[in-house]
Amino acid sequence: MLKGWKDIPIGGIIDEPGKSREYKTGTWRVLRPILHEDKCVHCMFCWLYCPDMAIVIDSSGQKPKMVGFNYDYCKGCGLCADVCPTKAIEMRPETEFIEE
Amino acid sequence: MYNIDLKKAKAMTGAEAVANAMRQIEPHVVAAYPITPQTPIVEYFAKFVADGVVRTEMIPVESEHSAMSAVVGAAAAGARAMTATSANGLALMHEVVYIAASSRLPIVMPVVNRALSGPINIHCDHSDAMAERDSGWVQFFAESNQEAYDLTILALKLAENENVRLPVMVNLDGFILSHGVEPVELLPDEVVKEFVGEPNVMYPLLDTEKPVTYGPLDLYDYYFEHKRQQVEAMENVKKVFPKVAEEFQKISGRKYDFVEPYKLEDAEYVMVALGSTNSTIKYVVDWMREEGFKVGALKIWMFRPFPKFQVQQYLNGRKGVIVLDRSASFGAEAPLYEAVKSALYNVTIRPQMGSYVYGLGGRDILPEHIRSAFEDAISGNLIVDEQRYLGLRE
Ligand code: SF4
Ligand code: SF4
Repeated sequence: MLKGWKDIPIGGIIDEPGKSREYKTGTWRVLRPILHEDKCVHCMFCWLYCPDMAIVIDSSGQKPKMVGFNYDYCKGCGLCADVCPTKAIEMRPETEFIEE
Repeated sequence: MYNIDLKKAKAMTGAEAVANAMRQIEPHVVAAYPITPQTPIVEYFAKFVADGVVRTEMIPVESEHSAMSAVVGAAAAGARAMTATSANGLALMHEVVYIAASSRLPIVMPVVNRALSGPINIHCDHSDAMAERDSGWVQFFAESNQEAYDLTILALKLAENENVRLPVMVNLDGFILSHGVEPVELLPDEVVKEFVGEPNVMYPLLDTEKPVTYGPLDLYDYYFEHKRQQVEAMENVKKVFPKVAEEFQKISGRKYDFVEPYKLEDAEYVMVALGSTNSTIKYVVDWMREEGFKVGALKIWMFRPFPKFQVQQYLNGRKGVIVLDRSASFGAEAPLYEAVKSALYNVTIRPQMGSYVYGLGGRDILPEHIRSAFEDAISGNLIVDEQRYLGLRE
């Protein structure tokens, strides 16, 4: 929920560290990355290149696994799709995902 | 009106008076770039620093853009920071002037009013201050050197109030005040120090226990809310300023307000103006009153936020209101006239109104000019939509 003018610090000041977590930038996205799991070889290229740390990985096993995307922060830049060596990421228009 | 105790007063220029206010405030940081006619303020203050009279960190920057940037940085860090400028220097600061206000930093800046180029000119008019009237700074205009001194001290307390947190510009007319010598009564150093007190610091960058971020990207989702806060802060100035003025009166005996009425009780024709011209207007009011004319004056001490309520109170029901502007707004009404006219839109008895632009680029304003404008009003010859000029060759 966005806050009203009486409930935020003055001057655009951010009064606590680490607050960007609360600032969901995913609303900017025009194209949405979709993972085709069958093609993914878990090379971690997308994770390395994503400028918004929006690639979700599972690092519990011996080798990390690509799991999907954090759409709260993914801005839809398409870098991950571009660097993916197996074309496992497809960029699709957000309009296809609008819920009625 | 105030009385100066001539036994306690010293003869000094407006620049020296302002520099002494700065000496007594002793800000942590002063970053400034010299520009005529502000130069003597910086010179006097630099001497105070060099002589060890103040412990201020003086930053001699390479431009006004840097001067304002440095005080913005210092103020954000939690320091008391000041600068001073004029005309093109203020214009060069412009971008950062807005940033100071929107970052809500309580910077105090004397502005020695000078005509903006071009053609280049170093003399007094208000075009420099008017270019910043929507920047979000509080704007005072001083009539005398004493006022320039007093308002600089008062401004600091207003700026730092937690419900205000806005920068304040103290305007004084270039050369007329900055270089003109008048008696000025300086308050004792310790009295000023006690009045301004310890800096009221909010969100200091240097507090590493509580890290904060200044100047982040602020898009369509929050920028509007931050602007609304600035509107509110200006409204708060109207509540806080009378209290600060009252405290100042206690230490100085001098009473400041949003506006100053002069011989208004029974005045039918009232002249409204900013700055040092008010002294000439008062002289003309006295002169014409001796001849039986019911004339008076309303000095605007605070131009931003504009004291609409007080203007309405004092001008409602007058026969004629003459507004003098020392700047033009090309393609629209002159700034002070526009503000006064807009304030009088909903008074019960609207006066006749006339707009007079005068004194651009330091052109002299003579008592005869002021008298002629009063005479226009008295003879019923004011036209609300006509801009006239005093002292201009046709
Ligand atoms: S770059 Fe492609 S193959 Fe590599 S982990 Fe990401 S999606 Fe899988
Ligand atoms: S589209 Fe851009 S932001 Fe989104 S996951 Fe891929 S690289 Fe990250």
